[in-house]
Amino acid sequence: MSAHTFVAYVEDKPGVLNRVASLFRRRAFNIESLTVGHTDQAGVSRMTIVVDTDDLGARRVEANLYKLVNVLRVDNVTAQPTVERDLALIKVTARNGKRAEILQLVDVYRARVVDVTNESLVVEITGTEDKIESMVDILRPFGIIEMVRTGIVSMTRGAQAVSANPPLVAAMIPELN
Amino acid sequence: MKLTGAKIIWECLLREGVDLVFGYPGGTILPTYDAMLDYPAIHHVLCRHEQGGTHMADAYARASGRVGVMFATSGPGATNTVTGLATAMMDSSPVVCITGQVPTALVGLDAFQETDVTGVTLPVTKHNYLVTHPEDIARTIREAFYIARTGRPGPVLVDITKDAQQKDTEFDWDSAEPHLPGYRPDLHALPEEYEKALNLIRSAKRPVILAGRGVLQSGAMRAVQEFAEKTNTPIALSLLGIGGIPANHPLNLGMMGMHGEAWVNHAIQQADLLLAFGMRFDDRVTGNVKTYAPKAQKIHIDIDPSEINKIVKVDVALVGDLCDVLQELMPRVQVGDHSEWIAHIDEMKGDAAVRDIQGLPDTGHLYAAHVINDLWRYTKGEALICTDVGQHQMWTAQYYKQNRPFNFITSGGLGTMGFGLPAAIGAKLARPDANVWSISGDGGFQMTLAELATAAQEGIKVNAAIINNGYLGMVRQWQEFFYDKRYAATPMLSPDFVKIAEAYGHKGIRVTQRSEVEDALREAEAYPGTVVIDFRVEKEDSVYPMVPAGADLHEMIRRPIPQNVMVENGGDAEWDISVK
Repeated sequence: MSAHTFVAYVEDKPGVLNRVASLFRRRAFNIESLTVGHTDQAGVSRMTIVVDTDDLGARRVEANLYKLVNVLRVDNVTAQPTVERDLALIKVTARNGKRAEILQLVDVYRARVVDVTNESLVVEITGTEDKIESMVDILRPFGIIEMVRTGIVSMTRGAQAVSANPPLVAAMIPELN
Repeated sequence: MKLTGAKIIWECLLREGVDLVFGYPGGTILPTYDAMLDYPAIHHVLCRHEQGGTHMADAYARASGRVGVMFATSGPGATNTVTGLATAMMDSSPVVCITGQVPTALVGLDAFQETDVTGVTLPVTKHNYLVTHPEDIARTIREAFYIARTGRPGPVLVDITKDAQQKDTEFDWDSAEPHLPGYRPDLHALPEEYEKALNLIRSAKRPVILAGRGVLQSGAMRAVQEFAEKTNTPIALSLLGIGGIPANHPLNLGMMGMHGEAWVNHAIQQADLLLAFGMRFDDRVTGNVKTYAPKAQKIHIDIDPSEINKIVKVDVALVGDLCDVLQELMPRVQVGDHSEWIAHIDEMKGDAAVRDIQGLPDTGHLYAAHVINDLWRYTKGEALICTDVGQHQMWTAQYYKQNRPFNFITSGGLGTMGFGLPAAIGAKLARPDANVWSISGDGGFQMTLAELATAAQEGIKVNAAIINNGYLGMVRQWQEFFYDKRYAATPMLSPDFVKIAEAYGHKGIRVTQRSEVEDALREAEAYPGTVVIDFRVEKEDSVYPMVPAGADLHEMIRRPIPQNVMVENGGDAEWDISVK
């Protein structure tokens, strides 16, 4: 079992997210992270889905996603070189002269402070999951008041695009060992 | 042309070639029912419960190859279709179910008879829609029919709000073409996969074809038979594959799996190549997957790529329509000779005959298998048989030898009790000239017997055989084998089925002796209307052989050998009954 990352292009229609989420629940796959947003193409949304499963399970995920009528294209990008990003907003207590220390850490992590009050800071950090988790660990002793994360978005490196165009059939057959 | 949404629904159905629909009216579908009176070319069959109606539409589709259509109202009407939709989904049956929904302004407000029907039916449909604008109706219905019947067929539900049915809009069939960029029903296997498959076929010494419902769905009956004959490969059938190959074809071994004949399962376990044709390695077919066909390479032909490597890891996958794939393979496969292998399988049949219930002496007891065997003989194996679920279903699969396709309709995947009678009604309406029999147990029959009124109102003749053993027989059998005969909630009281039949205006016959069976069948067939025959069979009979759930496929519980029948190799340890 390991994390598998899928990029799925779906029709931007009501209920599509429900169809995808329901599929994972029904087939007993555990979603670690799911993000969805618009693409540059009207009517098409893009999902990044991270699932904890084995290789065979990953193939089943792919084949079953394809079975959904509203799903245009699915790519398992786990083994491909990708840029993965997660964004977190962390509201942290900053009292009694702790502010300078926090600002220093923010600098080290190349994060930003996006809100300041007498008692708190809101830190925005973008990066891989590991980087964000590391920052969270570092900030925890100061007192985290609230935190929100977007979940992972992923894009393959290089000039080639994972496009919404209907794929070759070959991509749809669960690969054989 | 400006029409109401309701009229557009019927205009679309006409253009989809629909002349018969099933349904049950109610508040939110009323505009559509009102418009129906303006479309006399489409006959509406009023079911007595939406589950029954959906089964009718399902069986109508299975018997005719057309799309079955079901109408229901919102809320309880729609939720009652769920069992029927799930049944159609599991057995890949093309059904379009159109449900009314509360007016758009009330959606989400817990209005009277409101249910989130697209939410409820999401996992039991191939696809579903909620339509809130009349201008979307035509395209949606066209898409629904297209999705239901193409690729791997399945049920599609279209939920249409009441206001969308009432409002006027421009109807233009031609411009309402399906737009489904993400739907690819037309898949083709890769050339290199064909090469791999051909190599495996060429080198196989002990091949077996596993034929499933895909054979019938694809219309590949002849293609499979020709392939089997050319390569000299024996064929095992799944429950839903029955009829795909004539039962009397010399290469047809019979049904495989949990209640398959011993030689069929042994052949699979000993095979060195399995050719899975439009089947999905259901757990009732494989038994313990870890020990399933351990020596066999596997070629899987299926139109649904998500079935590949789902249960059983295969060596070659040919994704596509079975007919197309076989057309590609046929000219390239060599003429085969597996007479040694087939002779070996024949040997395994050896003592099965003495265990066969047909060989049981007439002791005055009425055995279900006798009834079904007699029915088969009496109808010359040509009746269209619809079954319920349970022991009688397995006995029917074993003893009603089907030589023709599309003559055996049963709930395989979902195992839906109550399927048999409504299925028979749907099948009869699809094929009025067919001699249609439903075979049910006393339990399942009571689940949907209200549909006897549907048969009466339609004035159709179906023959309903009830295998009445006073138990939920299959569950009782499991309790006998696996729960120390603790018969929890399986003994079952039934009404007087003869009187029930008569109350609905049908004919009722009771049979308690083997000697009465044939007379009853003759009487039933001669009667012009619907007949119910209550066969009072042996109470604690079991279906053999049986592979216990999860056990190895070759670990079968065999029928005990009757004491008064001569058995030549009765001492052979391999044939001992291994009740666990």
